[in-house]
Amino acid sequence: MRLLEYESKEILAKRDIPTPAGITASRPGLVSLPPPVLIKAQIPLGGRQKAGGVVEALDRKEAEYKLEKMLSSTIRGYRVNKVLVEERLDIEQEFYLGITYDTVAKEPIAIFSTEGGVDIEELAEKEPEKVQKRHFSVRTGLPEYKAREIISQSGITGRTLLGLSNIFSLLATTFLENDATIAEINPLAQTKDGRRVALDCHLEIDDDALYRNPGSAEKEKDPHRVEGGRITSDFEKKATEIDNLDQRGVAGRLIEFDGNLGLIIGGGGASLTAFDAIQRHGGHPANYCEIGGNPSVLKTKELTKLILSKPSVKKIAVIMNVVNNTRVDLMARGVIKGILEIGRNPSETLCVFRVPGAWEEEGFKILSRYGVDYCDRTVSIDQAAQKAVEKLITG
Amino acid sequence: MAILAHEDTRIIVQGITGREAVTFTKDMIDYGTRVVAGVTPGKGGQAVHEVPVFDTVHQAVREYSTEASVISVPPAMVKGAALEALSNGIKLLVIVAERVPQRDTVEVLEVARADGAVVIGPNSLGMINPHTVKIGMAGGPVENLKKAYMPGPVGIASRSGGMTTEVANLLTTHGIGQSTCISIGGDPVVGSNFLDLVPLFDKDPDTKAIVLFCEPGGVIEERLSDMVLSEEIRTPIVAFVAGRFVDTMPGVRFGHAATIVEGTRGTAAGKIERFQKAGIHVAEALNDIVSILETLL
Repeated sequence: MRLLEYESKEILAKRDIPTPAGITASRPGLVSLPPPVLIKAQIPLGGRQKAGGVVEALDRKEAEYKLEKMLSSTIRGYRVNKVLVEERLDIEQEFYLGITYDTVAKEPIAIFSTEGGVDIEELAEKEPEKVQKRHFSVRTGLPEYKAREIISQSGITGRTLLGLSNIFSLLATTFLENDATIAEINPLAQTKDGRRVALDCHLEIDDDALYRNPGSAEKEKDPHRVEGGRITSDFEKKATEIDNLDQRGVAGRLIEFDGNLGLIIGGGGASLTAFDAIQRHGGHPANYCEIGGNPSVLKTKELTKLILSKPSVKKIAVIMNVVNNTRVDLMARGVIKGILEIGRNPSETLCVFRVPGAWEEEGFKILSRYGVDYCDRTVSIDQAAQKAVEKLITG
Repeated sequence: MAILAHEDTRIIVQGITGREAVTFTKDMIDYGTRVVAGVTPGKGGQAVHEVPVFDTVHQAVREYSTEASVISVPPAMVKGAALEALSNGIKLLVIVAERVPQRDTVEVLEVARADGAVVIGPNSLGMINPHTVKIGMAGGPVENLKKAYMPGPVGIASRSGGMTTEVANLLTTHGIGQSTCISIGGDPVVGSNFLDLVPLFDKDPDTKAIVLFCEPGGVIEERLSDMVLSEEIRTPIVAFVAGRFVDTMPGVRFGHAATIVEGTRGTAAGKIERFQKAGIHVAEALNDIVSILETLL
């Protein structure tokens, strides 16, 4: 879960990492902060500066005008519901401080650069000598002496070294105690009056650790919260509701596409495989989805009905890997019930049913009763996808 | 021979009284796996499919020597269970539990490294050496397992649990057997990724080729290409990269927590390009794995 800038800064402030004076606003009005100020859109994506999500105001009137304008704008696809108004500081130098997990070394890694405000991975590729990195233990954190060792490699000395090391160590503590997966201060500014302040901050909290981070868990429950790289459609929201009908297995994680072939596919890896295969054989999926963990007949049925409710969808393909724990008969029952309830003919609507594995004999019996052409385990995911596309074309 | 486990490997199940564990313990026993004990704190003295249950790993290993543990406990308890197994000298941990906080995984792996132990998972379905041993829930019930897997010369490692069985089934259907099949787990940080397992397969005299099921996201495939280029690996590798369409949707998470393309990083196309440069065979369609293997074996 990605926290917004102002939420991340609240967490930094709790650990005494200095942030600019600022106030948040959800509606236009007076700006009590003395100018000059920055007006910053609070959206869950980076790259907002280039997209006009950060603007400067030199007097109060301009600040109020720009605040109102920002609150009625859309930045990188997101309606701006919240704005952070911050003091504009006089900056001498900017740095990059970041902590994340190195998935190869399987350890947290502390990353430092004297080039603040950059895309750190890009910089690390092009000018690796400008980026200092060091692993540390989750059990001991990043003590200040280690932080000094990293930062001093960049030739930084004196009070700047001490100040930066202190903040770096605190950032690592913040990362660990909040179950973050990314904690970045980019940039951290050294001001002309000798202070060090976190100008922008990006925290991502591990979704699997929300149970022990009540503050973040509460934010996640907010129904108005927007997350991730794209905005969910109503069709997708309905699929999520279906998946939440009961706790048995997964039948959802639907993503809408503009094709005409409805897909009921799973589990995760097989969904990716089947979707690619449909496209490679010239098919146009109406959706992506994931089925797994032996979902209830009810969920499979409702998902089938939802996908068939799309006007463009005339036929659906059901493709899963050889299932380990999901029961083939329950899958067959759910899909057939859904088709019947919507008043269609299963043998015409299903262009392929390829789910081999546990309870397959029972499942195949149900399918043959309705004249559905099913595939057993000798037909691969790829062949099943080809069959589905061919049938869609021949009708 | 295969890797990591063999027919004499003695296994305990931590969390054996849980609903899922009760089911897969039976599947493991039916397949001939030596499940010697189970552990559920507070339920010592009970039995699951005639396997004795203990309150602590310490009691279990005192009674029965043990080489491996399957960990199937609620996510918040995984770290404790894994550290308990490690501190009692168990050298192979298969963590099937899902939704384990990354910080906990990393802490467990830090201790495992110091102890010289191997961890598979978390969020793994487990591993299978066909017709000898199954650790975890991969493959499901025994009748399904016997249809999908058969012994032979191909090692499989997969980022998807379901596709571990699917790929094995594809090979079995075409008469190609497997040495060891491992579901590595779908999390960004797992105990044993391709970089850890490919060298083990490479050293195994029974493994003549390796099949990898890959997904977008992360850097493991790219790093593996470097490893192969530096000529550390001699066994031929066939890779299938699923989710090519994901490249067009950066920032969207598919299926596994690790399956996400960030900007232009971790794309399927990028991984395929690096594989090809390193001489790793890339299967365009899933079925191509078979035809490529037939030229290699």
